[in-house]
Amino acid sequence: MDLGSILHTIFNFENYGELLALVQNSIWAGAVLGLLGGLIGTFVMKRDLAFAVHGISELSFAGASFALLIGADIIFGSLAGSVAAALLLGLMGVRARDKNSIIGVIMPFGLGLGILFLALYQGRAANKFGLLTGQIVSVDTVQLQVLAGTAVVVMLALAAIWRPLSFASVDPEMAEARGVPVRGLAIAFMVLLGVSVALSIQIVGALLVLALLITPAAAALRVTTSPRLVVLLSVLFAITATVGGILLALGSRIPISPYVTTLSFLIYVVCRIIGSARAKRGINGRIVRPHAAMGQAVEDQTVAG
Amino acid sequence: MDRAAAGPSPFIQGQAASNIALRTPMDRGNFLTPVVSLRGAGLQFGQRALWKDLDVDIQAGEFFAVLGPNGSGKTSFLKVLLGLQQLHSGTATVAGHPVERGSRKIGYIPQQKSFAPDTPLRARDLVALGIDGHRWGLRIKANAVNERVDTLLDLVGASDYARVPVGQLSGGEQQRLRVAQALATEPELLLCDEPLLSLDLNHQQAVSSLINQQCHERNSAVVFVTHEINPVIDYVDRVLYLAGGRFRVGTPEEVMTTEVLSELYNSRVEVIRANGRIVVVGLPDATTHYHDDAHAGVEEGH
Repeated sequence: MDLGSILHTIFNFENYGELLALVQNSIWAGAVLGLLGGLIGTFVMKRDLAFAVHGISELSFAGASFALLIGADIIFGSLAGSVAAALLLGLMGVRARDKNSIIGVIMPFGLGLGILFLALYQGRAANKFGLLTGQIVSVDTVQLQVLAGTAVVVMLALAAIWRPLSFASVDPEMAEARGVPVRGLAIAFMVLLGVSVALSIQIVGALLVLALLITPAAAALRVTTSPRLVVLLSVLFAITATVGGILLALGSRIPISPYVTTLSFLIYVVCRIIGSARAKRGINGRIVRPHAAMGQAVEDQTVAG
Repeated sequence: MDRAAAGPSPFIQGQAASNIALRTPMDRGNFLTPVVSLRGAGLQFGQRALWKDLDVDIQAGEFFAVLGPNGSGKTSFLKVLLGLQQLHSGTATVAGHPVERGSRKIGYIPQQKSFAPDTPLRARDLVALGIDGHRWGLRIKANAVNERVDTLLDLVGASDYARVPVGQLSGGEQQRLRVAQALATEPELLLCDEPLLSLDLNHQQAVSSLINQQCHERNSAVVFVTHEINPVIDYVDRVLYLAGGRFRVGTPEEVMTTEVLSELYNSRVEVIRANGRIVVVGLPDATTHYHDDAHAGVEEGH
């Protein structure tokens, strides 16, 4: 296989118009997941849960493979797996010092279980592969409706807890003093995160869920700290990655995940470059006044009880 | 509730004593109601009593410092008033009502603690959280909140860095924002937990003067937890000194003396005054007093 034919395999736009008509559902599904991932992702970043997302996605994968093995609904299986993982992390205090080790323990266990179930599964190989690397092309109308319905419920719930969750995420000590139920919100968010992971797995697969739930928000954070703009950009980036990835993947036989993850990665790189260029020039929104120099420390302090 | 039966505290002397009256249920809500009232309050972790039988009233416009070594229950004192810590015994009221979590009558200024440099929060967003961060849902009336944020930033002199990410501000700048955030609800009571810690002298003066303004010009009661009285010595009306399970309440002149501190620490401590500053020499290792339960509360009735 020479380079030309490899490129042709990766980017193939023959009969594009006809294909496009066939995958409308997939594009909508991609847009819905981009919107959801972009929104949830901003909180994942604020709460420093990137590693937790990975852990949840592995258990979600285990749940989905088990469902595949016993012939149950795969969406239900992945939901059960990820919500269980999310609740476990939430209850064990995911902000605690040992959170990373808990996740590190759960993650390989989930992956191992998933591989076990897939090895036992006798059906089509494409079904197995799809759980790990994504399968967007086969989204039917019923699936799309379930996906969109669930996503809307998650987004409504997120909107309802938006302000206190932001408060608890960026300034937990103060939020607690103000009477915000910090712990309850942490668990509620983990459930929403679990559901979002399970939904994303349908599209990009368990291994690449981070591209949808983390990279867009991380990219947005490189270029702005305005809370509103972060959300807007994060959603925009996520939708660009998913929908763009699907459109690029259409004509080829390759799963969509490499397209989604590459787009996502490129957006991140560009944002990172912009961010560091700005930091170098010292632009951070401060109004600099001439002669506003601070006085110097005059005397040492005396120590008293 | 037997609060009405509790008499004036024997600990409270001097200028504040005239404010203490036998309270009956009738004068609740009356302008003389203390902002903070503790009756027979005690706090205990396991077998270790931090303090007990604490009776104290703090009035509007009073700057009340809480001093003591690490582990003496200074921060727990604030947590009780915030409703985050249950008293082991006795009662605590804020503005005439039993303490409750998230009271809008309380503003809280925590210790300076750095934010991660990429925290998606600008100075003005931090202050805005103090206004409506506890409310459910999304922020609908953004304009009203923005105006209030501008006023508060102006009040603490932080307008120039309103749009700077909090992670890129100095500790002193962050503490100014904490003051603005705490004043967002126009609190009757301002609780400060070592707000000057790790600030340089200039910022210590700036932040403590902002807190003093809220206290003596806008008549909020201030409870100021600190291990270092000098930065606020000019503002402090009364001191609660906690040490070794015992305590003393009074004006700085009454409490910050060689006799009183030696008695509290149960060992010889010298208090030296120079240029309006107070230096305490010979503080024992506070941890040696933690198990001193037998002595807890022996200062009662002093």
